[in-house]
Formats: sequence, structure tokens, C-alpha cells
Amino acid sequence: MSTPYWQALQGIAGREIRRFLQQRERFVAALVRPLVWLLVFAAGFRAALGVSITPPYTTYVTYDVYIAPGLVAMIQLFNGMQSSLSMVYDREMGGMRVLLTAPLPRWFLLFSRLFSNVLISILQVYVFLALARLAGIDPPANGYVAVLPALMLTGLMFGALGMALSSSIHQLENFAGVMNFVIFPMLFASSALYPLWRVQEASDTLFYFCQINIFTHAVELIRFALYLEPNWPALSVVTAATTVFLLVGFWAYKPSRGMLARGPRGD
Amino acid sequence: MSRSQALVLRDLSFSYGTKPALTGVTFDVRPGSFTALLGPNGAGKTTLFSLIARLFEPAPGSIAIEGVDVARAGSRALAPVGIVFQQPTLDLDLTVEQNLRYFAALHGLPRRLTDARIADGLEALSMPDWRQSRVRELSGGQRRRVEIVRAFLHEPRLLLLDEPTVGLDIPTRAAIVDRVHAICRERGAAALWATHLIDEVRGSDDLVVLDAGRVVAAGSAGEVVRRSGAESLGHAFDRMTRSKAAAP
Repeated sequence: MSTPYWQALQGIAGREIRRFLQQRERFVAALVRPLVWLLVFAAGFRAALGVSITPPYTTYVTYDVYIAPGLVAMIQLFNGMQSSLSMVYDREMGGMRVLLTAPLPRWFLLFSRLFSNVLISILQVYVFLALARLAGIDPPANGYVAVLPALMLTGLMFGALGMALSSSIHQLENFAGVMNFVIFPMLFASSALYPLWRVQEASDTLFYFCQINIFTHAVELIRFALYLEPNWPALSVVTAATTVFLLVGFWAYKPSRGMLARGPRGD
Repeated sequence: MSRSQALVLRDLSFSYGTKPALTGVTFDVRPGSFTALLGPNGAGKTTLFSLIARLFEPAPGSIAIEGVDVARAGSRALAPVGIVFQQPTLDLDLTVEQNLRYFAALHGLPRRLTDARIADGLEALSMPDWRQSRVRELSGGQRRRVEIVRAFLHEPRLLLLDEPTVGLDIPTRAAIVDRVHAICRERGAAALWATHLIDEVRGSDDLVVLDAGRVVAAGSAGEVVRRSGAESLGHAFDRMTRSKAAAP
């Protein structure tokens, strides 16, 4: 990467990381949410719900082991939406104008911003995985390395989804409403909290929705990578979805769309 | 397009939906000149700045910065441009230095050069002690000054300043106007300064008067006053923008 690009990436990542470190509540909230699921919700269901041998697991696993990859994906999903909120905020507060008037291609500036947020989400994921290990969730040691590319890709997918969504949110006040329509259906209609064969026993329609839900594929990509198994269908879906969301996001922030015209206007 | 001009606008038009904001705007900004873009609220000044900064795309019309067509060259054309937006754009949670470093990185300034220019810029605007202050703790005037230091950090050859003194007291406004004039003089940079405040325009400045999205007068401020037959720029401005004032 030539110097101006590398410097810009460093500058953008540095800004995002500094902002993140100054928002300790955000870091704590990002960890507390999945830990509550793991230590409270999963503990409660552990006795009632075991999961029979389902790939990539080679033995019967307890419920808390099953949902750990789903909680990792949940961290990344929330982080992607947080990144979307931050983009809407920056658009309203003017920060996006400073970024997008830099003399570098707009796609690169937006991608650098997304990538910086992915790094932050990966940091959160590894802290969560370390705490989960203390709670008895112990995937193979190599799995912690093998999962890194999967986390990069899923983090980019959620970030790109957030960027595309941020283009449709015209005011900060509308953010929570839009997110409720995105986060909860994605999370609950997926394989994050229960295996899909159990969903199918309950409802074929819901099973169908779970299968086309990109969150399901993100969870499975992370789950398989963490247990050192490839999952080509999930990889294909996540790669394709990432590409589509990136293209939509880049298109939404094109000057011809006048995205930055929105919000408080001068004359 | 002429390479000798810092900025060339030709037949620039823009509409918000069906509502025209700019119609056939044409003027040049000379290197080293201070060009005041004077217009009442709603004249189209901010829209014009947004087009030059590629926040929107004009249709039709053309913009060239130092001879480089903005539509063809894309973001690269903005390399010689420094911008102070009307809307505050500093990150409130970062310090003054962190904000300036972030901007320097976006413009590819090496670290040592960034250090030197931050020190010089803050010194020039009498604020060296604020380097480590969080922007949130600064007053409106102080934030504006930081934005001006930031716009000069990469030594731009064209400065776009969109009502940079809005909300500031008279001495601070005068100091900022003086500083920008000095930069034009000393460094040969051109400045396009949008304002609706007559007292920010000097007789020797180049002047473009914008009203209801159209250029209604252009030339040196002195010439514009003479041509209008008015006693002062204030009176000339009132006459030229009467159409808007008379509108219901």
C-alpha cells in the first residue's frame, strides 16, 4: 500500500480506536451482553438443552458450548450496528465531511473506516472468548487463530450492512427503530441460539427464514472455523453478502446521491 | 480549462428535487486572491461549496481546481484544497492535537512535518496551550480557530471557507479575516470566503455576489460598488439582492 493510503488507514484506525477506548461503557456493554447470555441464559438451559452430535462438533455438546459461536457473531452484529450509528452521528455532526473530502478514493476512505471498526470488534471477540474459556468453553487452541479470517469477513459483512443501512437513516433519532427491525429478527431467526433441525421441528417456515438469514451463515462460518473445519457454503454466502453490502454502501455515499446534503442544511 | 486560475466554475447548476438552488454559476478565483462570495441566507453559498468539495455532483456545469476537472479527477482534485465548513466538524471527544493529526493523516502528511505545522498553526492563532485540550471543553470561537488551523495544515493553495465567522465576536471575526488575508498574501493561496456579512469584505477583495442561486455581480469589491452606482457595498448589496427581499 502506498504511503498516503497507509497513512490515511492508520489515521482513521487511530481515530476509531481512540474513540472506542474513551467510551469504556461501550466496551463493557459489548461484553456484558454476550456474557449474560452465556453465564445466565445458557446456564439455565444447560440442563434442559443439550445438543446432539451436529457438525462441526464430533461429540454431544452442552448448550453453552453450542451458543458461544453465536454470541461471537452477536458481538460483531452489534458492533456493525454501532458502526452504523457512528456513521449517522458523524454525518450529522460533520465528521463525515472531513473524511470524504480527503484526496483519496471515497471507497477507500469508507472501507478504511469499516476495517477500523472490524479491528475493534475482533478485540471484543477475543476478550469474550478468553472469558468464555474461564467458563469452560474450550475450543481447540488452533481454533483461536483459524477463526481470525472468519471474524474479519463476518465483521466486514456486518459493518458493510451497517454502512448500507446508515444511508437510509436520515436522522439519529430514527436509528433505534431501524435497528430493532434488523438486529432481533437476524439474531432469533438463525442458528445462533438453537440448531436449525430443532427449528424445523417447530416450523418449516421459520426454518426457511433461518436458512436464508445471513446471520445464520456468519454464525456457522465462525463455529466451523473455531473448531478447525471449513464451511464452504457459509463462506460463499458471507463473501457474496459482504460484496453486495459494500457495493450498496459505496453507492449510497457517492456524491451523485448527495448523502451529505441531508441533515442540517446551510444555504 | 485555464491552469492559471485556482478555481474555475462554468455554468454550474444544481437543484434539490425540482427546486433550483444554483443556476448557471460562472466565475474564477485567481491564485493569491481573497474572493468574497457574498449572498443573503438561502442564496446557494453552501450548496456551491458542497459541489466544489464533491459532497454533491453538479448537473450540468463544470468545476476545475488548478486546471483539474473535478468530475473527471474525483477526490484527487481536492488535494490542494483546504475547507472550513459552515457546520462544525471537529470530533468533540478528541483533543485538539488528535483532531489535527487525524486530518494530517488523511492528507498524507509525514509525522515530523505534522508536528511542526501543528505547532506553527496553533502559535499563529495564539493557542499553543490548547494542544492537549479536549475539543468539547473549548468555546465556539476557539473551536473555529482550530478548524482554521486544520484547514491550513497541508498548506492548501485554495481555501474554501463557508461562513467561518458565524457566531463569533467582532474581535475574533476581524482576527480570522486578517489571518486569511495574510495567508493569501504570504503564501499565494487563494481563498473563497462565503459570507453574508458586508463588513468582512474589503475594497481590494475580489467579490462575487450570489442571489437566489445566480451570480448577480462579480469583480473587485470597489468595481462592483462603482458599477452599481451605490454609495457603499452595503447599499450596492441591498440593490442587487432586492429580488429576494421583495419575495413573499
